[in-house]
Amino acid sequence: MKKLTSIVLALAMLLSAAALFASCSKKETLVVCNWGEYISDGEDGYMDVVAEFEKKFDCKVEYVVAETNETLYSLMKSGSVAYDVIFPSDYMVEKMAKEGMLAEINFDNIPNYKNILPEFKGLAYDPEEKYSVPYFWGTVGIVYNEKLLTPEDLATVENAKDFEILWSENYPNRIMMFNNPRDAFGVALKTLGYSQNTTSEAEIRQAAAKLKEQKFLYYMDEFFTAMPNDSLALGVYYAGDYLTVAAENENLKFVIPECGTNIFNDAMCIPKNARNQTLAEKFINFMLEPEVGRDNAEYLGYSSPNAAALEIMDEEIKDDPVAYPERKDSWEAFRDLPEETNALMRDLWAEILTDNK
Amino acid sequence: MRKTLSWLYFGLIFLFLYAPILIMIVFSFNGSHNITVWGGFSLQNYENLLHKSKAIESLWNSLVIALLSSLGSCVLGTMACLGLNNLKKSRGLVMNISNLPIINPEIVTGVSLMLIFSLLFSGSVGLGFHTVLLAHIVFNTPYVILNVMPRLRRMDQNLYEAALDLGCPPVKALWKVVMPELFPAILSGFLISFTYSMDDFIISYYTGGTFQTFSVFIYNSLKKGPQDWMLALSGILFVAVLTILIIMNVHDIRQEKREAVKR
Amino acid sequence: MKSKKPLIPYAIWMAIFVVIPLIMIIVNAFTDKSGAFTLDNLERIFFKDPTLRYNFLNSLKIALISTVLCLVLAYPIALIMARQKPSVQRLLHFLIMLPMWMNFVLRICSWLLVLQPDGILDVMLRGVGLLSPGQSNPLYMTETAVVLGIVYNYLPFMILPIYTTVAKIPRSLYEAGEDLGCSRWNVLKKIVFPLSVPGVISGLTMVFVPAMSSFVISMKLGGFALMGDIIDNYYKGTGGDPHLGAAVSIVLMFFIILSIALMNRFDKDDDVVLA
Repeated sequence: MKKLTSIVLALAMLLSAAALFASCSKKETLVVCNWGEYISDGEDGYMDVVAEFEKKFDCKVEYVVAETNETLYSLMKSGSVAYDVIFPSDYMVEKMAKEGMLAEINFDNIPNYKNILPEFKGLAYDPEEKYSVPYFWGTVGIVYNEKLLTPEDLATVENAKDFEILWSENYPNRIMMFNNPRDAFGVALKTLGYSQNTTSEAEIRQAAAKLKEQKFLYYMDEFFTAMPNDSLALGVYYAGDYLTVAAENENLKFVIPECGTNIFNDAMCIPKNARNQTLAEKFINFMLEPEVGRDNAEYLGYSSPNAAALEIMDEEIKDDPVAYPERKDSWEAFRDLPEETNALMRDLWAEILTDNK
Repeated sequence: MRKTLSWLYFGLIFLFLYAPILIMIVFSFNGSHNITVWGGFSLQNYENLLHKSKAIESLWNSLVIALLSSLGSCVLGTMACLGLNNLKKSRGLVMNISNLPIINPEIVTGVSLMLIFSLLFSGSVGLGFHTVLLAHIVFNTPYVILNVMPRLRRMDQNLYEAALDLGCPPVKALWKVVMPELFPAILSGFLISFTYSMDDFIISYYTGGTFQTFSVFIYNSLKKGPQDWMLALSGILFVAVLTILIIMNVHDIRQEKREAVKR
Repeated sequence: MKSKKPLIPYAIWMAIFVVIPLIMIIVNAFTDKSGAFTLDNLERIFFKDPTLRYNFLNSLKIALISTVLCLVLAYPIALIMARQKPSVQRLLHFLIMLPMWMNFVLRICSWLLVLQPDGILDVMLRGVGLLSPGQSNPLYMTETAVVLGIVYNYLPFMILPIYTTVAKIPRSLYEAGEDLGCSRWNVLKKIVFPLSVPGVISGLTMVFVPAMSSFVISMKLGGFALMGDIIDNYYKGTGGDPHLGAAVSIVLMFFIILSIALMNRFDKDDDVVLA
């Protein structure tokens, strides 16, 4: 018995010594919080961006993912995390900047900022270009599986006027909806013919009622496995991610309805409580390098605002109508909404998730 | 007849408890790209797991946390018992407070610890390995106390007194007389702590910041649905657990036999 | 050994990591974002917010169904186990413990693998012709699947404490009962059951508490939120309202502690058997 204990004890000592040793490495660390599948990670022959950065600047990157802008916001507010670089979308940049959660970026450390196309600079969410550097932009549309849809539905969806097809009765448990309030409400509001930035309580309540009519699978990152393996018939998601899954399953198609859709800009920002702002700025600058920007864009399928990257990009990808579509007036960018509207949406969202069965 | 029925019932319950695990293990040897469609025997999933360095790192994290927190809880818990034993009126109250972290819903314990940790470690330290370790000691110590306390109360107090009367210094008497008596209880407290620590998800999820234990890592990856390397992981885990439990049981049986012979 | 001093480190420890955190949650529950005192969070739970109330009742319903189901399934198992030879008992005990050692999240993952569309169950049912190709099983994303997941996860926690108490009942008691002309059923009702009450109660507690505050299981298998998910949503999810989250946590905690206290009144022993 004693022998067993001493072995256990010795093992524990060894382990703890090893753990201490591992955590004491002298390298600088950078904590990056991105969305799932939102950086080129060395697959398909593209650059492993994080590893490349670690090598170039001799540092360690702790790379974590959040699911939605709202989760990112909650996590940062809870005080349990301190990130160095985050990737919020337009309306969230606006909100965080307003609430003083973002650090002002020192653009002297980001010479590659010149690579960004002028039409993506100084947009409404950060008009003075203080807090954010554009990363990608894109659209939202219906993703459907040709093989699984009935001929009538297929005809409807190919010329979709709005997102109504998502409320079809023909595919129980096989239709996905965004698992975040802003995007989901956006889809419902557009279908009802309202603005995605409405502050009218009646319109938002109507949208909530609309969402409750269908039992959706509320997914985010699950999309990447569920869509290509045929377990979903229909869904609504981001164009760039559609291109990723379409490469795995040729039956998947994408369409933007006539009623218009959301056009989003995701940006790179540095939170105020970042521990290593200088390294964070180096990271952002690195992301704007032409080769890095190209590999990210080609691997992810999202639309790049980086002129230098676009120049060296594969022609076929650059001309893809899904990734680089012709913009329409009916497309809207999200704006930060007043707190009452956000609160209303949050409450209704809780109701929707509770009701969903 | 009655016997057959009861074994049949037993079999059904066991099927329920084991079928999902066995399915995972069988499909961990699946060679097909689609994880639920059988495509012939292959070790491909295990190979994928080897390349998943983050998964292996998180498993290592969990092991270190489980070992250190169980050790810490044993020390803290045993000391607490020695003191508690001498409390008269307030023992019940102290025990009740002590049991709070395990009676409370895990999510409430997790959230409350997150609050205190973000207060204590605000600024540049933040949450991480150290906070998960502290949190695990918080919920493991009550299990150690619940194991050690009854043993201590059943123990003959006169033994210790006798040692003192014979001129043994108190610390030595504690170490030579009391500890051997408590040892089996401390050991089982250690094992229970270790198990709970390895299995814990919610509390690590709330107190870890960007530090990921094994459960948290799988949870984060499960957002994309079950993946091939998870099956391989459960295969390995099952074999590891089976081996450990068998060794422990064989050890126990031998011990009992030896004791039976002594008597 | 008369000294109380060894308790001091743990007393300080408990103050910092048990008492103060709870006070912090309570303070959060009674304040708003600016830190000013408010009763609004609690009012919302009890009066203003039908969703929260519905959610609470729904969690309670699912927790009760799962707990009762666990009890019904576990009791016969405990009885059968206690009747075996010691070596067989040990083996069965071992076999029941084993799945508990598999990681919680992996256990949920295994059910996802079985239940998800085109999962193992679908493939099997299609194989025997119960489902036509393209059809999926009706279980996934339902309350039934959630109950199944909870029962699967916590059944051993019900079996083991009951088994422990039943196994302690001496054989002679059964024999005495039978000698005095009791039927098997009456022996069970009049002798075994009353003696197993402490085990039943600790089993009920150990299943009910986690089931009531269930987190992850319901979202993954049912697609809807239960209490645990709701609290999580306020802190780390899209809800973004830690103060309301704190209030919900407090209410849940008091409800659970109250129900444990209530259950323990049926037990004359005041030790709660844990694990």
